[in-house]
Amino acid sequence: MQFSPEILIVLGPLFAAAIAGLLQRYIGDRVAMALTTGSIGISLLLSWPIFASFVWGEGHERVIELFRFIDVVGFTSTWSIRIDTMSAIMLVVVNTVSFLVHLYSWGYMAEDPHKARFFSYLSFFTFAMLALVTANDFLQLFFGWEGVGVASYLLIGFWYQKRTANDAAIKAFITNRVGDFGFALGVMAIFYFLGTIQFFPTEVGQSALFAGAVDGVNVPGLLHELEGKRLIIGTTYFDAIELCAILLFIGAMGKSAQFFLHVWLPDAMEGPTPVSALIHAATMVTAGVFMVCRLGELYHMAPLASGFVTIIGATTALFAATVGLAQNDIKRVVAYSTCSQLGYMFFAAGVGAYNAAMFHLFTHAFFKALLFLGAGSVIHGLHHEQDMRYMGGVRKPMMITWAMMTIGTLALIGFGIPGLGGFAGFYSKDAIIEAAYGSHGIGAQFAFWCGVSAALLTSFYSWRLAFMTFEGKYRGNPNAHHDDHGHGDAHAHDDHHGHDAHAKPADGSAPAHESPWVMLIPLFVLAAGAIAAGAVFAPYFLGEHAEDFWHHVVPLAHGEGHHDFPAWVIWAPLTVTVTGFIFAVIFYLWQTGVPKAMAKGPVWAFLYNKWYFDELYDFIFVKGARALGDLFWKVGDKRLIDGLGPDGVAASSNFFSRHLRRLQTGFVYHYSFIMLIAAVAFGAYAILAGIGGGR
Amino acid sequence: MSELVAGLPILSIVTFLPAAGALLILLSRMSARGENVGYDNGVKLLTLLVTIATFVASLFAFAAFDPSNPAYQLQESIPWAFGASYAMGVDTLAMSLVMLTTFLTPLCILASWVIEKQVSSYMVLFLILETLMIGVFCAQDIILFYIFFEGGLIPMFILIGVWGGERRVYAAFKFFLYTLLGSLLMLVAIIFMIATAGTSNIPALTEYAQTTGFEQNVQIWLWLAFFASFAVKMPMWPVHTWLPDAHVEAPTAASVVLAAILLKMGGYGFLRFSLPMFPDASEYFRYFVFALSVIAIVWASLVAFRQLDMKKLIAYSSVAHMGFVTMGIFSGNEQGIQGAIFQMLSHGIISGALFLCVGVVYDRMHTREIAFYGGLVNRMPVYAAIFMLFTMGNVGLPGTSGFPGEILTMVGTFKVNAWVAAGAALGVIFSAAYALTLYRKVAFGVIENPKLDKITDLDAREWVTFIPLIVATLIMGLAPAYVLDFTQASTATIVQQFTGVAP
Repeated sequence: MQFSPEILIVLGPLFAAAIAGLLQRYIGDRVAMALTTGSIGISLLLSWPIFASFVWGEGHERVIELFRFIDVVGFTSTWSIRIDTMSAIMLVVVNTVSFLVHLYSWGYMAEDPHKARFFSYLSFFTFAMLALVTANDFLQLFFGWEGVGVASYLLIGFWYQKRTANDAAIKAFITNRVGDFGFALGVMAIFYFLGTIQFFPTEVGQSALFAGAVDGVNVPGLLHELEGKRLIIGTTYFDAIELCAILLFIGAMGKSAQFFLHVWLPDAMEGPTPVSALIHAATMVTAGVFMVCRLGELYHMAPLASGFVTIIGATTALFAATVGLAQNDIKRVVAYSTCSQLGYMFFAAGVGAYNAAMFHLFTHAFFKALLFLGAGSVIHGLHHEQDMRYMGGVRKPMMITWAMMTIGTLALIGFGIPGLGGFAGFYSKDAIIEAAYGSHGIGAQFAFWCGVSAALLTSFYSWRLAFMTFEGKYRGNPNAHHDDHGHGDAHAHDDHHGHDAHAKPADGSAPAHESPWVMLIPLFVLAAGAIAAGAVFAPYFLGEHAEDFWHHVVPLAHGEGHHDFPAWVIWAPLTVTVTGFIFAVIFYLWQTGVPKAMAKGPVWAFLYNKWYFDELYDFIFVKGARALGDLFWKVGDKRLIDGLGPDGVAASSNFFSRHLRRLQTGFVYHYSFIMLIAAVAFGAYAILAGIGGGR
Repeated sequence: MSELVAGLPILSIVTFLPAAGALLILLSRMSARGENVGYDNGVKLLTLLVTIATFVASLFAFAAFDPSNPAYQLQESIPWAFGASYAMGVDTLAMSLVMLTTFLTPLCILASWVIEKQVSSYMVLFLILETLMIGVFCAQDIILFYIFFEGGLIPMFILIGVWGGERRVYAAFKFFLYTLLGSLLMLVAIIFMIATAGTSNIPALTEYAQTTGFEQNVQIWLWLAFFASFAVKMPMWPVHTWLPDAHVEAPTAASVVLAAILLKMGGYGFLRFSLPMFPDASEYFRYFVFALSVIAIVWASLVAFRQLDMKKLIAYSSVAHMGFVTMGIFSGNEQGIQGAIFQMLSHGIISGALFLCVGVVYDRMHTREIAFYGGLVNRMPVYAAIFMLFTMGNVGLPGTSGFPGEILTMVGTFKVNAWVAAGAALGVIFSAAYALTLYRKVAFGVIENPKLDKITDLDAREWVTFIPLIVATLIMGLAPAYVLDFTQASTATIVQQFTGVAP
């Protein structure tokens, strides 16, 4: 094991997190913050050249092995760092967003009394995410997978005084565990069929899922051996490929908040806003997409499982967009938007466009982090107000934030003119919609229509957010005292601005203040990404350089170039996007009474309550688990097992207790147990004597 | 290193060193003028030193031990009477459990510093208990094994019955009756086996079982008799209800020993006797054990979710975790058994640590009621962090020692039957539910109970108690391969004895 920069990229944040977390009392907040931010900065500086080498250079694929993790007869996992196109993309996404979020948090968390703990968690998260994306086997992937889950749990519940935050944290963890249930079984199935859990070979003669070159020797992959295999249990049987693919995807559904397992993501907004930007928008939630693309070859072989991925993804894209229409909390709108965009990525993967899925992951990281951090800036500027009904008129006092949010919105809705160019989301989202149209896979046409409809809704709710927040007159919260957001010093923060907070300026704009530069600079960087990341990198992810860029790490669809599609397919996204914009203008700038009237209707209530998923799950799972637990405990253990067993036998416990009291008072018990040992010994002796005599 | 102990009966030294300490305390008490605080502290210190010396002695044994050799090592044998002998020896499975015992006992003594009632008697009992526990794993003669196995019951019975909580008498007798009834059946089976095979030596018995073999219908009865004893010890559903009661009433250190070591005797017994000596019956009853294991995992996890008492919750979670062990053992393959052994070692550390965590707040507030607490993180940040680590270990988070055992037992079981593995995997979801809910209720939130306003964070003694456990949890979590390498030799032998196929 030699030292290499990749080791520093992955382990640097871990050490920074450990020092910041364990020694916070001795080193103080400032040092902890500088240390963690600095270590991510180093990781960032080291990872861009790696990415660049894959984009513009030859790109040297490699695995750096550290030491063995688990090793039992083929079930072998090694701590390692896998560098290839996939992990290079993720390295820059994770480190870039993480660094900017660290920086932003200097401003956003300035008044929080637990800064060192916060930064320690952030860096720990970054480490776990890096371990995930650089894994060379399923167990390290799972380590990172659960590691980011824990970091997310800790950060959602960061303001631990708040009951809702704690509940949201637990909900996130448990929902993810439901996914992990499938993931773990998927890993077991892979091992059962193939006898290995390693992705790429590191030694000649080693068995691994995918083919790879070791010291110039090509080692074939084992994945194709799944073909024709079945898992037979009794009279039922499952096709090996489909089974593995579906089980693993269930894990992805949990982590990436897909339909049925999406319920944790909106609640996760209880965490501080920088956390939402980093974990619940740009990185952790995309881990599921990453995993499916990493295993692209497997899904490529599994038409049924791919169809399942497509349908779940497409449903999520549309479902989350509908719910996003009716939310009033600014962060929740963005959260549902994330959920919806993840749906796009999944159905892209489902129809076989793994490169488009990864490209959307890449561009989405920039503009969604931008939107979250922008929303955080607004929240910060309005003294921790999150409800858009009490905003309005924010544009004038927060011009820079407004401009950045507008860029983010344009990127999210994928604004751009076919043939000319546009914002980042334009390249990736249109590629996805076209790929769905051009695919013959199961559910692909359904996905195409879901994708187009969701694009309409995305445009509408995005502009709704922008108009409700920035335009019109400041509405203010009638319940004058702020619902405190848990962190102790928020009070002090409010008091500081207390004089102007509730006195409306004469022109109707909000009594807000622009955020400090340390919060704005990350917005500028992300905005640059939101504008340019699409145009710059589209040729590599999707276009003419794609073959060289991907190095066969994901299967690429062939012969489905941009110009093969009918004109209406190519122009459909732009059309619906503009339509959504026009409707938003009508409802939220012009006829502002209409949405208020609609808010009283049943459809709005259905959407506002997120299709009543929480209520349903609470009834079935939470109450169900409680009832079963009580049944097993009070009836099963107490009445049946104990009632028929020991309590019946030991009805004479009075008798025993009398004796025990005598035991306590003297040294009787010493003698008693010596006697017991002696009795056993003598008994054994006697028995043996008997046996011996008979022999 | 091995030259250092050459010619010494190192296993006997490790085993009886604590007993010698107990004798020393008894002698000192005869000559002491009366028991007072100074005397008590002296006894505590002496006990601590004896247990540390035992740990050091076990390290020498460890150093002299060759983990690549699957045979019994460090053997000693003194003929006793009529073919039985005082025979000691360990393989890698036994050695790992001996190390667990000697590692944890000093920490238990540190945790017992708060005992004020009849200190010298308490310490004597604890030392005798340690001797008996080590003896169980070292014994090479089945009679000797039985004596140690049963003998351990008595000090534990008294520890619970005298130093326990309010319902200690009920709990102590429930514990005693359950385990004794199970063991009596095993005694009958042991006598039958000795009579049939003509030896009481465990390796010889195994050899007999592997070559001549017990008849199939005989195996069934013998297996059931041993099962009665080990299933209670484990404990498996539905003979698990003694455990929560015993834990709740036991003093902290007794809880730690009970969860960490006494429960492992069941798993050890299955691996030492049931699989190698009754392979046909083990195969025959495999699905029976699988069913009980999965029921235990699901049932105990859901019951744990509803508990109002911290110790009861952890006790039920132990039942669930032991379900993984029995399931892994009877999967009969390398992943399953390696996982089961690892899970036993890991559970020893994590559940021990969790009981210590409960002990910390119990010593301060004298209640284990979950609802009494809340918001401890505000006053006890260090405690909260440590409690979080072990909660995550209990949940089976990768990176802690809780993970490898769970995943390996499931991987091993999946090879036998995927549905069973899927049933067990449900436990992965439930464990998160009960463990995190407990943590939220105890540690998070704001302090609402005014009695907690003055609660203090860990003191130096408690720190010292936790540090070895933290280190062990993380090392076993991040580099489990090295522990698995150690137990590999025994596992391979057991798999071969069970399946009859050379690896």
